[in-house]
Amino acid sequence: MRVELRGITKRFPGVVANEDVNLVVEPGQVHALLGENGAGKSTLMNVLFGLYRQTEGEVLLDGVPASFSSPADAIDAGIGMVHQHFMLVPVFTVAENVMLGVEPTSAPGVLDRDAARRRVLELSARHGLDVDPDAMVEDLPVGVQQRVEILKALYREADCLILDEPTAVLTPSEIDDMLEIIRRLADEGRSVIFISHKLREVRAIADTITILRRGRVVGTTTPDESDEQELATAMVGRDVQLVVDRSAASPTDVVLRVSDLRVRDERDQLAVADVSFDVRAGEIVAIAGVQGNGQSELVSAIVGLRRPTAGRVELDGTDVTGANPARMVELGVAHVPEDRQRDGLISSFPVSDNLVLNLTGRSPYSRGIRMDRRAIRENAERLVQDFDIRTSSIDAAVGTLSGGNQQKVIVGREMSHTERLLVLSQPTRGLDVGSIQYIHHRIVQARDQGLAVLLNSSELDEVLALADRVIVMYRGGVIGEVSGEEATRDSVGMLMAGARA
Amino acid sequence: MTAPPTEAPEALPSDADDPLAGAPHERRPGVVGALRELALGLIGPLLAILTALIVGALIIVFTDPTTLEAWGSFFSAPGTALADSWDLIATSYRALFDSSLGSQRALARTLVQSTPLILVGLSVALAFKAGMFNIGGAGQLIVGAMAAAWIGITFDLPQVVHLPLALVAGVIGGAVWGGIVGFLKARTGAHEVITSIMLNFVALRLLDYALSTDTFRRPGRSDPISPEMPASVRLPEPIDSFQVHLGFVIALLVAWGAWWLLQRTTIGFRMRAVGANAKAARYAGMGVAATTVLSMGIAGGLAGLGGTTILLGSTPRLTGGFFASVGFDAIALALLGRASPIGVVGAGLLFGALQAGSTGMQAQTSTPIDIIFVIQALIILFVAAPAIVRTVWRVKETRLGAGQRFSAGWGAQ
Repeated sequence: MRVELRGITKRFPGVVANEDVNLVVEPGQVHALLGENGAGKSTLMNVLFGLYRQTEGEVLLDGVPASFSSPADAIDAGIGMVHQHFMLVPVFTVAENVMLGVEPTSAPGVLDRDAARRRVLELSARHGLDVDPDAMVEDLPVGVQQRVEILKALYREADCLILDEPTAVLTPSEIDDMLEIIRRLADEGRSVIFISHKLREVRAIADTITILRRGRVVGTTTPDESDEQELATAMVGRDVQLVVDRSAASPTDVVLRVSDLRVRDERDQLAVADVSFDVRAGEIVAIAGVQGNGQSELVSAIVGLRRPTAGRVELDGTDVTGANPARMVELGVAHVPEDRQRDGLISSFPVSDNLVLNLTGRSPYSRGIRMDRRAIRENAERLVQDFDIRTSSIDAAVGTLSGGNQQKVIVGREMSHTERLLVLSQPTRGLDVGSIQYIHHRIVQARDQGLAVLLNSSELDEVLALADRVIVMYRGGVIGEVSGEEATRDSVGMLMAGARA
Repeated sequence: MTAPPTEAPEALPSDADDPLAGAPHERRPGVVGALRELALGLIGPLLAILTALIVGALIIVFTDPTTLEAWGSFFSAPGTALADSWDLIATSYRALFDSSLGSQRALARTLVQSTPLILVGLSVALAFKAGMFNIGGAGQLIVGAMAAAWIGITFDLPQVVHLPLALVAGVIGGAVWGGIVGFLKARTGAHEVITSIMLNFVALRLLDYALSTDTFRRPGRSDPISPEMPASVRLPEPIDSFQVHLGFVIALLVAWGAWWLLQRTTIGFRMRAVGANAKAARYAGMGVAATTVLSMGIAGGLAGLGGTTILLGSTPRLTGGFFASVGFDAIALALLGRASPIGVVGAGLLFGALQAGSTGMQAQTSTPIDIIFVIQALIILFVAAPAIVRTVWRVKETRLGAGQRFSAGWGAQ
């Protein structure tokens, strides 16, 4: 299906989200929509999917003007959308989720589960999706859940597929699979709109790239015409440095020493098996690995959120195995958690309170039990300035900030109190190029100030850009270590996949 | 009939950084901004109250036999039906107003009535801020009152010692009863709604038992009633000829204290953090289990104090089932007050006025007391379901929403 957006403008009270956007998506093509968070990509797609009605402009499907008042209209017209946050019922099976809303019946009111199952099997075989129709959705890994979402769209016979940041939640190998699936869907004659801010993926998969900035189209190009640097510049609107500027590390004393650490996960499975390594002051050590190979559990054990079953964690030579998080903060350890919404912030609390979340018990933020509001406000004003946190006020609820700025709140808070060790888990996940660049710069700065930095990232580019040493984890153990200079996409990637060097 | 929350004493600072209130608005400069915020926040509850009074009026009309008869002959004499109905509503609400706020004595009754409502309401609100639904106010206030009664009956001391001792005992009794709930939740994960409801029954039975023992039973009586509390533990009435006991002042001070605790101390910060996001609280090094126990302990203590002010104030004796209904009214008014201390004070005054005025209304008109409970229930219904009020009064969505957030807290975590 040929999808054309002509002069789309969408205004919200006080904000213009899209202004005069023109976009043509040809059948059989993957059309990438590139832009930073807040550039208006999602709003534009919500217009196409019938969730919003445009203020001006029109939508044409195969040359015929279309008007949707709800997603149901859009689905009827052959448009399918896979949202960034999945819309699945966790306790239903794959087949049940897929047929939800368009259930086949054998007699009026009687579900025909077999028909649905057959159709799911047939669709997943045809498109190489490899999904078990009887599996419970909550038991499936995120990557497979996403395929279920795609199946839902295909089941409804979508001719045009909108994928909103489909790779944000995926691991490197899942991303490769996903790109392959997308290519195949396009080859069958569908039009695919691929929303992303990841330059490499966009260049790998797109036939045409449209770049949005502040609600306007600032350029349309193809992967052959533009390299990553040019795309980044167009997207952000100024020159960005994709390579992190850093000098060689000059590591000194050992700050963190982990020896023979064993950690079990929530299901009491051994998640970390006899891991040992050191981190010295003035160096960045990255833990690389495909998500779910024990990195999260390892980090939790180091910062005191999970008790190891065996082994030792030493900080500056002192045994801190099993110390609680408050004690670790006292000892000068800071931690940027993996899931910022869940662990790092209290979204209903103001920015100022979130900037002292784990520090309220200490001077100058409190005396006795009495909190010093002024000190908290002064701290907030300083950090908002220092870390370039974009917020309407330090009293705004932190949940109203964009993802990048929420992360800056956490990074700012943690960097404001760390004296010895900075632990960062997925510090830039889901952030836009500008914010990533900024946070990377601050991490290198922290290292140069003599902190020991432990970086847990499943983003290979990030590991390669920052690490002075890379420790690769595979199935709970350390499968190899590579120095920063030797680390390449291939050498680390091989280890991540479990091939010993 | 009016006792709008606006009449809350000015000594109470506005609960400005209440996260439940939603929008970021902690310190808009100037008094005008603060008043504007306050007014906006009041629109929802006020419309709910107004709607409830209107629906209540209809119920008064259509449950009154005489008026119903007039409506039966509506087509022959439409004027009579309308006039009768209007008269009935006007006299009923007039009587309600007169006996709650219409005179100094009526006002005193209202303030006394609202004292335990405010205190137990604060208990529910505080627990809610810490992420828990305290249904156990009824049990906590009984155990608190029992502890205070024991002090009152057992010891013979001068008032300066005896009264404070009884108050403290009341707080401790309630705190223990609430603390058990917190402990069970922290230790075993037992849901506080279940355990606090169960402990209500335990407290009621405990009271029955106590009133059958020689320690608590009034000498010479076989029915479950305790002796009168001695004068040395009774709450004095600070102003001559204005029959409001000290408990009301205590309730206002405690409300201010609750606000201060929640907004200005590290303990309150922890409580709110655990309530809003226990995972993040744990990550930030806060003791989630300890905070849970402490929060429920404080909440229980407030409810215990509420029960104690009844015992040492208006009704100086324990009887079976001692004012357990206050514990449930408190849940409703914490909802109406959006779980903020100042809101609870306003809602407590409103409920106090309704209840104080209801007897007068029944005495002067044929309208039964029960209509007040219907109106209370309707207020809660309209606060909990803002969509109804929105539709009726055509108000924008953003102004009415926090009530929903409160009721959505059911079974959270």
